[in-house]
Amino acid sequence: MLGDGVRLVMNSIWILLAQRIALGLLLLLAVSVLIFVGTQILPGDVAQSILGQSATPVALANLREELGLNDPAYVRYLSWLGGVLQGDLGTALSNGQNISEQIGKRLGNTLFLAFWAAVVAVPLAILLGLMAVRYRNRWPDKLISGMTLASISLPEFFIGYVLIFFFAVKLRWFPSVATVYDSMSLLEKLNAIALPVTVLTLVVLAHMMRMTRAAILNVMQSAYIETAELKGLSAFDVIFRHAFPNAISPIVNVVMINLAYLVVGVVVVEVIFVYPGMGQYLVDHVAKRDVPVVQACGLIFAAVYVGLNLIADVVAIVSNPRLRHPK
Amino acid sequence: MSKELEYFSKKVARGLMDRRAFMGRAAALGVSASMATGIMAHADAHASPVKGGTLKAGMQGGESTNSLDPATWASDVPVSYGRMFGDTLVEVSPEGEIDFRLAESVEASADAKTWNFKIREGIEFHNGKTLTPADVVATLERHSDEDSKSGALGIVQGIESMAVDGQNVVLTLSAANADLPFLMADYHLMIQPDGGKDAPDAGIGTGPYKIVENQPGVRHVGEKFANYWDLANRAHADTVEIVVINDATARLAALQSGQVHMINRIEPKVVELVKRIPGVEVQSVAGRGHYVFIMHTNTAPFDNNDLRLALKYAINRQEMVDKILQGYGSVGNDFPINGSYPLFSDDIEQRVYDPDKAAFHFKKSGHDGKVLLRTSDVAFPGAVDASQLFEQSAAAAGIPLEIKREPGDGYWSEVWNKQPFCASYWSGRPVQDQMYSTAYLSTADWNDTKFFREDFDKIIVEARAELDAAKRKELYRAAAVMVRDEGGLILPMFNNFIDATGDKVGGWSVDSNGGMMNDKALSKCWVMA
Repeated sequence: MLGDGVRLVMNSIWILLAQRIALGLLLLLAVSVLIFVGTQILPGDVAQSILGQSATPVALANLREELGLNDPAYVRYLSWLGGVLQGDLGTALSNGQNISEQIGKRLGNTLFLAFWAAVVAVPLAILLGLMAVRYRNRWPDKLISGMTLASISLPEFFIGYVLIFFFAVKLRWFPSVATVYDSMSLLEKLNAIALPVTVLTLVVLAHMMRMTRAAILNVMQSAYIETAELKGLSAFDVIFRHAFPNAISPIVNVVMINLAYLVVGVVVVEVIFVYPGMGQYLVDHVAKRDVPVVQACGLIFAAVYVGLNLIADVVAIVSNPRLRHPK
Repeated sequence: MSKELEYFSKKVARGLMDRRAFMGRAAALGVSASMATGIMAHADAHASPVKGGTLKAGMQGGESTNSLDPATWASDVPVSYGRMFGDTLVEVSPEGEIDFRLAESVEASADAKTWNFKIREGIEFHNGKTLTPADVVATLERHSDEDSKSGALGIVQGIESMAVDGQNVVLTLSAANADLPFLMADYHLMIQPDGGKDAPDAGIGTGPYKIVENQPGVRHVGEKFANYWDLANRAHADTVEIVVINDATARLAALQSGQVHMINRIEPKVVELVKRIPGVEVQSVAGRGHYVFIMHTNTAPFDNNDLRLALKYAINRQEMVDKILQGYGSVGNDFPINGSYPLFSDDIEQRVYDPDKAAFHFKKSGHDGKVLLRTSDVAFPGAVDASQLFEQSAAAAGIPLEIKREPGDGYWSEVWNKQPFCASYWSGRPVQDQMYSTAYLSTADWNDTKFFREDFDKIIVEARAELDAAKRKELYRAAAVMVRDEGGLILPMFNNFIDATGDKVGGWSVDSNGGMMNDKALSKCWVMA
């Protein structure tokens, strides 16, 4: 009986998962069309942007011919889509480099930065959230809330410049330029990204921390918490062992949104710290009207969002029996 | 060491100040004689190059879309990197003369139509091959191919035929050009093995540094080429590196924290603040670049010379130099040439802001209503502010300007050279002929003032063929006056190139050809111990 029940649950989860993934793919397709249309609406074309002010009509015509810009838009879109389905993102129009190779490096850098920011920020935010609940309405709670709210309210470029001024220029503890490259050791890389990781942590901390606090406080009203307290458990045990598991789904949701932000929303931080991630790469190619690269970046960003939200949904379903057995 | 003393000691090292004066200044600043002597000994060390070490530059003007193909270069970082791994036949020296590089001499026929470049012997490419005159011809051929997308196409178009003659390259031009050697200094015309015909972006040249790591938009590293032919004067550092830092504040922070030794493009509005930073020196050079407002002389209402004159009198040039360039520049006189060019005539009357004359010409033009001026942040740094200053000074003369701010994205394709009146910039050229031929001849692709004047074209073509300097100067004077009084160009200011160096940089020198010592700072400077 029990075995059957588990199998049934697993089956429905697989079906759900399949549905979600199919929906995600459809969404990605729609996104790719949107991006393509968007880049077509922008004034000027890639040939004009490559040559810039120094474009002569002859050079323009030659370049347009060579880049295949004379084909109608839908033909270019379909041929690109065909390539992507076979794992080929094409070559950049502006410098003829292989996009998959280029993006691979940049995406690796972005994920590296996001990973270390997440490693610091997520446990810290949850810990601070738990502490805020433990000492709610007392000074530790107010201090935590005040600090994190202040750090989210300041624009990230401001925090970045302040950190650079003190820790890079005055104290010289960390470099202000966070450029990482292959020949660096892991320790050197970590040293290089110390400041951007700090900025990103400060930016995403408040959101996750406050959601943790609110979700747990919500659960803390329940009768079973009172039972746990009456049974003589310590305040922190009650929060961590009994309240936290039941508050996990909203927390995971917020964590995922913030993780997605760490991957796709860090253009400003990349510019300030000169970090060679996806954001700067995308901006350079938008400026050059390099449609294949913009499409590839857009697709990857969309995939990150869709993927992380998918994970959040699944975790929410798995952790909540009511969602596991929809009526 | 105090900021002042540091500054004075550098002046001594450059020979701009004598020792006695230095000791006097030092005493005035309360420094003992023995300490002052010590400081000066330190400054003297600047004079002889230090070999070895790593020299790093933080630069704006690099994108992840950059390629190693010289034909595609347009921004600072690829050009600087190109100057590191490649050489041109000649260079324009900081004094504006021809500096022989891969060519060791050049001779012209009496009619300036046939040019004979003698190629230096025994020069090695980074791939081990020896440079031959055939490589030079192949390079020029690649850039002059009609299918070429090269930025140098306009420059080499005038070459009718080229031939190898022993160790010489003989170029025959379709029309005489006394400035041909200057054209060969163009950074696109870096000599590549077989002209780079099979692999234009291979990154193989004869330059002082070999390519070690090339990450467009991130960083570019060069390693000293042991067999470089001019090791006495170039390639002092063992390794050079360009870090692409497009954000102005980040660039300055990198210099301050010692992560890079030099940076380019200091914004005029922060120069005064940067000057106060200990250990940082601002390097400002008057150049040939200029900021302009351009009118199409063939489009109403700008086809009326009185209206053009009205607008020329209605702009306050000095105010623009003071407020937009913070004094780091000089006033223009409505023709694209200044004292940084050879054969410049300094006796042409300076046009000044004159609301009365402006009002007079505006009335005479018979134009009624507003005059639309398009501007954008990307037209030049401070272009939107400059346009507003223009609007105010014109309003004082009773001329209503209407400012339309255009998006920066697409400005060069949709507005510049298309709309009849807009803000723009030019980065100047090594010689007058090239500037006029690029943007003022009737046949020029970038004739952005739509200046179609046969008499003007005749003067320029005549000057081009004239080998007598005095006669040429006269011709250029006539051309300048014509553009100034009848052209569509409003030129309020020439901008300086403003770079900054840290205290470990030795060998920096003034070069009015361009910023970063005309993009050669990394191969000409050294790191002090």
